[in-house]
Amino acid sequence: MIKNADVVIIGGGVQGNSIAYNLAKRGQKNIVILERNTCASGSSGRCAAGVRQQFGTEMNCILARESVRILEQLSEELDYDIELNQKGYLILAYTEKELAQFKKNVQLQQSLGIASKLITPEEAKEIVPLINIKDVLAATYCPTDGNANPLLTTFAYAEAARRLGVKLYRFTEAQKIESEHNQVTAVLTNQGRISTNTVVNAAGEYAKEVGEIAGVEIPVYSQRHQILVTEPIEPLWDPMLMSFSRNFYFQQLPNGTIVGGYGDPKNEIIGHNLRATWQFSKVMAKKMIQLVPALKNVHMVRQWAGSYIMSPDSQPILGEHPQLNGYYMSVGFSGHGYMLAPVSGKMLAQCILEQEIELPIEKLDIGRFERGELILEPSVV
Amino acid sequence: MDDNTIICRCEDVTWGEIRKQLDKGYTTLDEIKRITRAGMGPCQGKTCQRILLRAIARYLNKKVEDIPISTFRPPAKPIPLGTLAGEKDD
Repeated sequence: MIKNADVVIIGGGVQGNSIAYNLAKRGQKNIVILERNTCASGSSGRCAAGVRQQFGTEMNCILARESVRILEQLSEELDYDIELNQKGYLILAYTEKELAQFKKNVQLQQSLGIASKLITPEEAKEIVPLINIKDVLAATYCPTDGNANPLLTTFAYAEAARRLGVKLYRFTEAQKIESEHNQVTAVLTNQGRISTNTVVNAAGEYAKEVGEIAGVEIPVYSQRHQILVTEPIEPLWDPMLMSFSRNFYFQQLPNGTIVGGYGDPKNEIIGHNLRATWQFSKVMAKKMIQLVPALKNVHMVRQWAGSYIMSPDSQPILGEHPQLNGYYMSVGFSGHGYMLAPVSGKMLAQCILEQEIELPIEKLDIGRFERGELILEPSVV
Repeated sequence: MDDNTIICRCEDVTWGEIRKQLDKGYTTLDEIKRITRAGMGPCQGKTCQRILLRAIARYLNKKVEDIPISTFRPPAKPIPLGTLAGEKDD
């Protein structure tokens, strides 16, 4: 194993690989990624593939908008088809409170140049004729939202990074991060010690633990979320169908399968238990059939679970730790890590290289929680 | 086995596509599954997982039992959403 590195990235998911690629592309040499298993074995490879810009805070909207701009040319840039499929997100409002929030969201999104709009239930049914619009008060729709393949995106970044000289160590676990006088000095792994002044925590569901091994407390927790996928069927509709109050999201992917899930923050397990439950598939099947009755004879072929890594305001923590020089974080994406990875990787690379950062990510520093400057994201499933 | 031999019939993945990933250094069943989708179709690898394991083992000059298998994910066989939801089948 290598003995010295300029940058050690912990985590070979989509975040770690995007950061590595973006650093190498900007000329950084001697970058190492440590992955305890294989690339995309954690949340990146378990996510639902959705990419949306319809958020409720300015920060998340800006990050998502920029991420979509990058995704639109990413297959070409990385010379690897990431299967971007911009078929939109249709988000349904069932309550007056939700409708009021959606009006605010759309106003905010439009002011930021996002192509979302508020539509009537009848207009929603024109977009997806198969949906049951009973109790739907309105919907928001953004045609440039959609999905891409999170597995292939991770490998696309990994291979592009490798071509630029980044070294990936699979089955290599970071066990301790050493520091002297509040400056990172080394990473101890199960394969040996690497001296370095710069470490990036991109450990996804293990972000908190990768804080602890450096003596840093990161206010995030991992919570199980479950997903199911059906057999491939003929194309039935285009956009992601989503509701916050009824709590579901599901979409048909380009290969014909339908993938979806719901969040259960009150009951779902906090920690690293990723076993799927039959209760989930039963409830999810009901939600899907209620909205799209035509799905009742479609077969579920698989279900699985992954983690959302929740931060106190459901927005990521990006940047250097204020008390530990050389310790950077790209964690706590609260369910949106895949869709934001193209932009967060770029912003963090600019931050590490002390280049001008294009977006106001200094507001996403870990210090915001102590300062009480949380901006709560209202639109999370 | 030549490059055109189909390993995963559900997802239509050939040995050539799998060998290409092995050549790149993706030596685990999970990595090959994530990239090629082999084993992710309706049969969930019931047909191809053993064939794929043998092929990986032969490529790596290892024993089949030394190649880690993928996590088993429910259900054991496909179930209609209507049945899951507790509705009667048509």
